[in-house]
Amino acid sequence: MAELLQYLLSGVTVGAVYALVALGFTLIYNASDVVNFAQGEFVMLGGMISFFAWQAGIPLPLAAILAIIATASVGVLLNKLAIEPARGAPVASLIIITIGASIFLRGGAQLVFDKQLHRFPSFSGDDPIRILGATILPQSLWVIAGAVAIFLSLWLFFAHTLTGKAVLATANNRIAASLVGINPNHMMTLSFAVSAAIGALAGVLVTPITLTSYDLGVAIALKGFAAAMLGGMGIPAGALAGGLLLGLIEAFTAGYVSSVYKDAVAFVVILAVLFAMPQGLFGRKAMDRV
Amino acid sequence: MKLNVFGSALALTLGLAGPAFADIKIGASVSETGPASSLGDPEAKTLKLLVDEINAAGGVLGQKLKLFLYDDGGDPNKARTFATRLVEDDGVIAIVGGSTTGTTMSIISVVENAKIPFISLAGAIEIIDPVKPFVFKTPHTDRMACRKIFEDMKAKGFSKIALISGSDGFGASMRKQCLQVIGEFGITVLAEETYGPNDADMTPQLTNIRSKGEVQAILNPGFGQGPAIVTRNYGQLGIKTPLYQSHGVASKSFIDLAGPASEGVRLPGTAVLVASLLPANDPQKAVVAAYTTAYQAKFNQPASTFGGYAHDGLRLLVDAIKRAGKADPKAIRDAIEGTKGFVGVTGTFNMAATDHLGLDLSAFRMLEIKRGDWALVQ
Repeated sequence: MAELLQYLLSGVTVGAVYALVALGFTLIYNASDVVNFAQGEFVMLGGMISFFAWQAGIPLPLAAILAIIATASVGVLLNKLAIEPARGAPVASLIIITIGASIFLRGGAQLVFDKQLHRFPSFSGDDPIRILGATILPQSLWVIAGAVAIFLSLWLFFAHTLTGKAVLATANNRIAASLVGINPNHMMTLSFAVSAAIGALAGVLVTPITLTSYDLGVAIALKGFAAAMLGGMGIPAGALAGGLLLGLIEAFTAGYVSSVYKDAVAFVVILAVLFAMPQGLFGRKAMDRV
Repeated sequence: MKLNVFGSALALTLGLAGPAFADIKIGASVSETGPASSLGDPEAKTLKLLVDEINAAGGVLGQKLKLFLYDDGGDPNKARTFATRLVEDDGVIAIVGGSTTGTTMSIISVVENAKIPFISLAGAIEIIDPVKPFVFKTPHTDRMACRKIFEDMKAKGFSKIALISGSDGFGASMRKQCLQVIGEFGITVLAEETYGPNDADMTPQLTNIRSKGEVQAILNPGFGQGPAIVTRNYGQLGIKTPLYQSHGVASKSFIDLAGPASEGVRLPGTAVLVASLLPANDPQKAVVAAYTTAYQAKFNQPASTFGGYAHDGLRLLVDAIKRAGKADPKAIRDAIEGTKGFVGVTGTFNMAATDHLGLDLSAFRMLEIKRGDWALVQ
């Protein structure tokens, strides 16, 4: 029983990390149909900037806010300097641009910061919380709370604000959106800024658990991307559910089957789901109105 | 004038590069960036530091050392390209480098053809077993680390252990080496778990190990962040079974990353980590102190085991050039093979025609983490 609970808590811990990263993909995808492969680098920047600011003597909460603002600015620059000039290029080209941006940001971080692993203290200490013989770290609760908070904000944003609907309209039809008074460039800038900020927040929250280094982005973005695909690309609820499901599958496979097949089982489940439901668990079939 | 140009071109084509009137050219290709940068970065720094030091002291055989240093980023293809460039364009007389087993293997294919001595800085036993005439290495093999750990376990009376290894190259290779020699020590593995190099939580694996009541010790062959997270999870679950880590994480930053849970963790490390703790009569004391002090002063960070491999690689080479009395690849190769009682920071090297590593188990020190720092286990 204690074991089952420990697997569950581990799955939720890891799943919340995946969900946080997956949520970052949502906004840019909704604004432009682009899967932003530099999302993992936003997570890395959040962690690295916080660490170096904290090490320079800035209190951790302030360092975290600084990291989020700085990363959001990087997001805006990425849009202005790389995505906007290529406006009108097919989505596949834009995706390739984000891959280039990811390589650039990784190389930049290696020069600006360093190549070592880093970690800053957990927000509420490292004493594990005991539940019926199983344990979870307080930092995991922060990650879960962060994932839920971002999910709720994104959901409110898309469903209940004019700007959120404007972002969706831009993705749906750029020309029609401009005709009703939406500036598509502004929407793109906004979505890059907020996506980068979400990524940076994720980096701040997960660094005490996963540690951070300049090359963290690739691996974490891969898992986050898998989670987003599983749940349904562009749907906040899908990102949350996909992340948690992926984490739980990994933890239970490691616990009850074998840790060797942990990743393999997770990817087989993803393939099976996508085979039956190509839009992901929460995805709707794309419809074009004639 | 024309004749001169022709002469040097001829010298270059013959691979002689004019030892009598030029600097002594030494090549290096290490992984300064990329996934193995935690190895290659201190190696590159060490090579630059030592070459400057040697030249300031008058060079070797009255000539200056000239270092051709390339960053292969941990990519074996680039390492092969750079090795070819070092041999064919730069005309080096020896190569030090190859931070990873992968990059080392691709450099080997070049140097064996060109008959240029090569001192590798990578771990795998395959590099020197079987012996290749022009290939040497300075780091101990993973198998030696396994033996050192099992020796300590046996001395403490542990015979049933659990293994949790990283699925990356280092973890997988060390796991294999450990399982090959474990029988010699009468130790059996009761539980075996693995984790991915980028995993964020290993509590399920450790929970499974904990549920096997008879396990007396846990061994974690791994590299990078994995062992730090394993150690943190080990503390989180309140496991009391002694934990052994490998030489792959033998650096001060491991203690910082793993936090208070690392208290009592044991691992085999080199003298570089415990320079100040070595007794005054230790043969390595002087050379280790000189290296760690110079490194700390120049780069404002502590010297690491990996930088130590590069230190020994270059010093061995310079020692061999001096004994050979000339900068000729074949003579240097013979001199390296004839190295006896050479005290480096990694250990004391005694090379032989059948042993191109030359270290024994005494090169490893068993270390324990006490009050957030290393302590020597007597």
